[in-house]
Amino acid sequence: MRRWINTGKDRMSGSGAWGILALIAVWEIGVKVSGIKPYILPAPSRVLISLFQSFPLVMKHTRVTLYESLVGFMAAVVFSFVLALAMDSMPVLKRAMYPILIISQTIPIITVAPLIIIWFGYDLLPKVIIAALVCFFPIAVSFIGGLEAADREMYDLLRSMGASKFQIFRILKLPGAMPSLFSGLKIAAAYSIMGAVIGEWLGAKAGLGEFMRRSMHSFAVDKTFAAILVITLLSLGVFRVITFLEDNLMPWTRFSNIKNE
Amino acid sequence: MNKIEVFEVSSSFEDLPVLDRVSLSAAENRLVSIIGPSGCGKSTLFNIISGLVKPDGGTIYIDGEDYTGKLGRVSYMHQKDLLLPWRTIIDNVCIPLVIQGKSIRDARQKAAPYFSVFGLDGFQDKYPSQLSGGMRQRAALLRAYMFKSDIMLLDEPFGGLDAITKRKMQEWLMGVIRAIRSTILFITHDIDEAIFLSDSIYILSDRPARVRRVFEVDIERPRDNATFTSPKFNHFKKEILEYL
Ligand SMILES: Nc1ncnc2c1ncn2[C@@H]1O[C@H](COP(=O)(O)OP(=O)(O)OP(=O)(O)O)[C@@H](O)[C@H]1O
Ligand SMILES: [Mg+2]
Repeated sequence: MRRWINTGKDRMSGSGAWGILALIAVWEIGVKVSGIKPYILPAPSRVLISLFQSFPLVMKHTRVTLYESLVGFMAAVVFSFVLALAMDSMPVLKRAMYPILIISQTIPIITVAPLIIIWFGYDLLPKVIIAALVCFFPIAVSFIGGLEAADREMYDLLRSMGASKFQIFRILKLPGAMPSLFSGLKIAAAYSIMGAVIGEWLGAKAGLGEFMRRSMHSFAVDKTFAAILVITLLSLGVFRVITFLEDNLMPWTRFSNIKNE
Repeated sequence: MNKIEVFEVSSSFEDLPVLDRVSLSAAENRLVSIIGPSGCGKSTLFNIISGLVKPDGGTIYIDGEDYTGKLGRVSYMHQKDLLLPWRTIIDNVCIPLVIQGKSIRDARQKAAPYFSVFGLDGFQDKYPSQLSGGMRQRAALLRAYMFKSDIMLLDEPFGGLDAITKRKMQEWLMGVIRAIRSTILFITHDIDEAIFLSDSIYILSDRPARVRRVFEVDIERPRDNATFTSPKFNHFKKEILEYL
C-alpha cells in the first residue's frame, strides 16, 4: 500500500524549512535594497508586524473562514460518500454519473461562485456551498477510484468463501479504498479554505476573503499579505490534521511505506 | 466413495473451449496433483469446483452430493497469498470465520491454536508486509484451512517462491497434511513437487484441456529428501515427462 501523495510532513521539516527561510530572507533584503513602496510589496517583517497589530480582527475573520470551510468540507465528505457508495453498488449509476462528475469539473468555480452568491445571499451558506463544491470532486473521485481498485482475485477468494456483497465491501473494498480516499481528503481539505475565501471575496460580511478585499481597496497590502499568511497556515493545518488521522487510522502503512524506510 | 468427484466438466469462454469433459476424483485425505501446459484451463477447473464459475456441462460431486456452481463448500488458495495488507496475520486468517458470522474475538480464539501447526507462532500480530514469502504462503494456507478443512484447492501455492524456500515448504506441507487430514487438489508446474507430494497425478492436455493420463504414485510414505533420488521417483519422472 503505497502513498501516492506525499504527506508533506517530511517535506516541511529539515531542509524544507531552510528553503522557506531563505526565500523570506531574499524577499526582506530585496524590498529593503530596492526601496519598493510598501503598498506595492511589503517586506515580510512589515507583514508580521501588521499581523500582530490587527491580530484580534484577523482572528475574528479566521474563525468565520474556518467555520465555512469545515462545514463545507464535512458536507462534501457526506455527499461524496453517499454518491460513491451508490455508484459502487449500482454500476448503471456509475456509468451515468461519472461523465457528469468529470464535466462538472471543467466549469471554473470562479464563474459559478457569483451565481451562488446571487442565489443564496451574503451569509455563510453560499461560502459553505462553494467550499463544498471544490471539495466534492477530489473526495468523490478518489473514493470511487479506491473502491474500484479492489483486487479481482481477492474479490473472488472472498466470494468463494460465501461472503455477501456487504461483507466484501467491509472486508475488502472499504479498507482498500482508504489510502486513495485520504489522498483526496488531503487535497480537499486545503481546497476547502480556498473555496471559502473565494466566496468571501465575492461578497461577504466577514471572513478572511472579505478582510483581504477591504485591505486591498485601502491599499493596506501588508494586511492582505497577513491574511495570505493566515490562509496558508490554515491550509497547512487542515492538511496536517488529515495526515495525522491517516497515519493513525492506517497503522499498517508504517511497515510497507517507502516514506518510512 | 470419493470425497470429491469431477465428472465430465466442460467449459468455455465465449468461443474459446477451455475444458473438454474433464473427469477426476480424489479419495478422502488424498493429495491429487494436476499438471498441464500453461493456459490449458487448470485454474478454470478450480474456479468451477469452488463454484465461482458455472461449467457448460458436467457435475461436481462432493461426498456424493451435487455441488456444481455452489459457492462456499471448498477452500481455495491461489499462487498469490492474497493477504490483506491492512489486517494482521491473525485477522487475515480469521476472515473466513468472520464471514461465517463469528465475532472477531471468537474467531481469533478459534484460529490461535493452529499457528504453531502452521509454523506461524509469534507472528499473529504482524502485518503481511513484515513476513517472508514462505510465511505468507503458510498464512494463506492456514486461512484456507480455517475456511474448510476437509477439501482444499491449492493453485500453485509455491509457484512464486525461490527454490530453497519451495523445497522447505514442500517438506513442511508433507508433515502438515498428516496432521490436518484434508483432501487436497494441487495444481503445479513442478513435476518433482507433484511426485513428491501426490497420491495421484493428472496430466492435462493443451487447451481445451482433457485428461491425458493419470498416475498413481505408489511411493511409500513417509517421504523425505531421499525420495527425490529414489529409482521409483525417477521412473515416474521419466514417464510424466513423456506426456508433457
Ligand atoms: N475470465 C476469463 N475470460 C476469458 N478467458 C479466460 C478467462 N479466464 C481464463 N481465460 C482463458 O482460459 C484459458 C485457461 O485459463 P486458466 O487460467 O484456467 O489456465 P491455467 O491452466 O490456470 O494457466 P496457468 O498455468 O498459466 O495458470 C486461458 O487461455 C485464458 O486466457
Ligand atoms: Mg492458473
